[in-house]
Amino acid sequence: MDRNQAHRNRKRGLKALHFLALFLTMSIICIPGLWIVLNSFRPTVEIMAKPAVWIPSFTLDHYRAMFGGAGEGGVPVLSYFRNSLIVSVVSTAIAILIGMSGGYAFARYRFRGKSSYFVGLMLFRAVPGVALSLPLFIVFAKVGIIDTHFGLILVYVALNVPFTIWLTDGFFRQIPKELHEAAEIDGCTRWQAFWKVEFPVARSGVASAAIFAFLTSWNEFALASQLTRSVGSKTMPVGLLDFTAEFTINWGGMCALAVLMILPALILTFIVQKHLIAGLTFGGVKG
Amino acid sequence: MSQVTLSNVVKYYGKSRAVHGIGLDIADGEFVVLVGPSGCGKSTTLRMIAGLEAISDGEVRIGGRVVNDLPPRERNISMVFQNYALYPHMTVRENLGFSLKVAKVDEAAIVRAVDEAAGILGLAELMDRKPAELSGGQRQRVAMGRAIVRQPDVFLFDEPLSNLDAKLRTQMRVEIKKLHQRVGNTIIYVTHDQVEAMTLADRIVLMQDGHIVQVGTPLELFNTPVNTFVATFIGSPPMNLIDGVVDGETIALDGGLTVPVPLQAQGRVQDGQMVHFGFRADNLMPEGHGVFEGGAVATLELPVILTEPLGTETVLFTEMAGTEVQAKMLNPRPVRPGETLKFQLMIDKCHVFDAATSNAIRV
Repeated sequence: MDRNQAHRNRKRGLKALHFLALFLTMSIICIPGLWIVLNSFRPTVEIMAKPAVWIPSFTLDHYRAMFGGAGEGGVPVLSYFRNSLIVSVVSTAIAILIGMSGGYAFARYRFRGKSSYFVGLMLFRAVPGVALSLPLFIVFAKVGIIDTHFGLILVYVALNVPFTIWLTDGFFRQIPKELHEAAEIDGCTRWQAFWKVEFPVARSGVASAAIFAFLTSWNEFALASQLTRSVGSKTMPVGLLDFTAEFTINWGGMCALAVLMILPALILTFIVQKHLIAGLTFGGVKG
Repeated sequence: MSQVTLSNVVKYYGKSRAVHGIGLDIADGEFVVLVGPSGCGKSTTLRMIAGLEAISDGEVRIGGRVVNDLPPRERNISMVFQNYALYPHMTVRENLGFSLKVAKVDEAAIVRAVDEAAGILGLAELMDRKPAELSGGQRQRVAMGRAIVRQPDVFLFDEPLSNLDAKLRTQMRVEIKKLHQRVGNTIIYVTHDQVEAMTLADRIVLMQDGHIVQVGTPLELFNTPVNTFVATFIGSPPMNLIDGVVDGETIALDGGLTVPVPLQAQGRVQDGQMVHFGFRADNLMPEGHGVFEGGAVATLELPVILTEPLGTETVLFTEMAGTEVQAKMLNPRPVRPGETLKFQLMIDKCHVFDAATSNAIRV
């Protein structure tokens, strides 16, 4: 009996430790985000206060100002939001279409130079995007697509395709090839077999690839800050810069815009989270 | 009409040949089993008939029509895969009806066809489940149901029972045979299991290294194997083989025993010819524990090394002329290892194979 009791106690103790470790880790991840949300609702004095004020007061001033006129600290939030949305959605859609086709080809077909091509794609990911900003700037300026949605979409598609290929390749690889063979025998063309059988089965994988691509485009700052400059094309991360002046930074306003930026990403992730988890664990098995 | 004809069919993978120009005529409604060890080209052959592998050379006809260049969907075939290949995102009902839906058959007809197939295979209870919620045997049945629904000219089975446990395998084997009796379509069935081949086939096609070694009914292959490969592949336990040299009317086995030349090889062997002397366990039986059909009998005293009691019979492992051989004991009594028994060998049921070519020597 005693030994059982001791064993049970030890198990309980371990479980408590487990929770504590989890709590600490989650805090490290979440507190900066939480701080941004809190700061967006408190007056500037409180944000700048030293030592920090732990019990926040509540004001909507920053939001009011942000949506206000240009003279009162307002920024064209809706334009930025629209730009971000257009650029992210379109680039994600294109990246998924190209990436999925690529991933499928890598998973299903044998062709000359396949593995070196694949490695090449991954190497491309190793190039830091910012390093490309100057060449891109010059080329885009010459071609005349600087400061346009199109230019930014092009960059994000290029940025996202390799990762999408890598991710979807893993998913399609896990689908036994007999599935599309069965579909072809059942009367499908190769194309139908893909859309009616393989695509629905790999849907979670494609969904998680899409989320990643969307978040990359939605949050990307370095390249967008170089390639956009007018209200007509600036995305939200670039818009944050509007709150910096030569000598001051409007932290409250910046946090308020950041919250607006986080919200759609959060909602989207929440909607597809079921797919995302299924997708990530499914793809995770791949070595 | 759904006869299948293969003429000189070849498959290359790169430069290596997987199938070496095989020819085969399969009659309408026939149940043909392609059997052989792994890598013998049986699955490749089936996949070429299905249209899942390109045919490198030769011709495949289904129902008189050359199908070499037709995609699988235009060959009017159904296939049951080893891993079932059920569509995981569809229910059993959707799986069964998929081919008809693709063919744009109207809803009522689909329901009718699906319900009929489900009735044949006892799937009615499972119609709304997803494949993941089914057991192995149920999945296998759904895969067969999906094949039936299409009413194809030819059914193709690619090792459909290898993922099932032994008991279920026996059960499904019977169901497949019943299914064939019921629908009467041509069936081409691939397996590496000779028991499946023997029990199911109208005709067995035994393959080795991309060649057809022998084609015939199960009993033809069992009773008159063309070479030692067929003799040892078909039948359980496999045929016993002992090396020997022909000496007039007898064969001197390497271990010192001498046996008469069996009737079917008499006059076809020469003095001094090196041979394999072969016989099945069923033809070597302890005195008083066998069925003898007349003909020459050799009596041998052999020590028992090991016994495998199976109930109605016991397989005895013994040593004959320095080679381990298996014998069968009907109406068995307990036998201890080490015991020496008097065995009777039915000489005229024995086989002689040429040692150089491994081919059978018989009339």
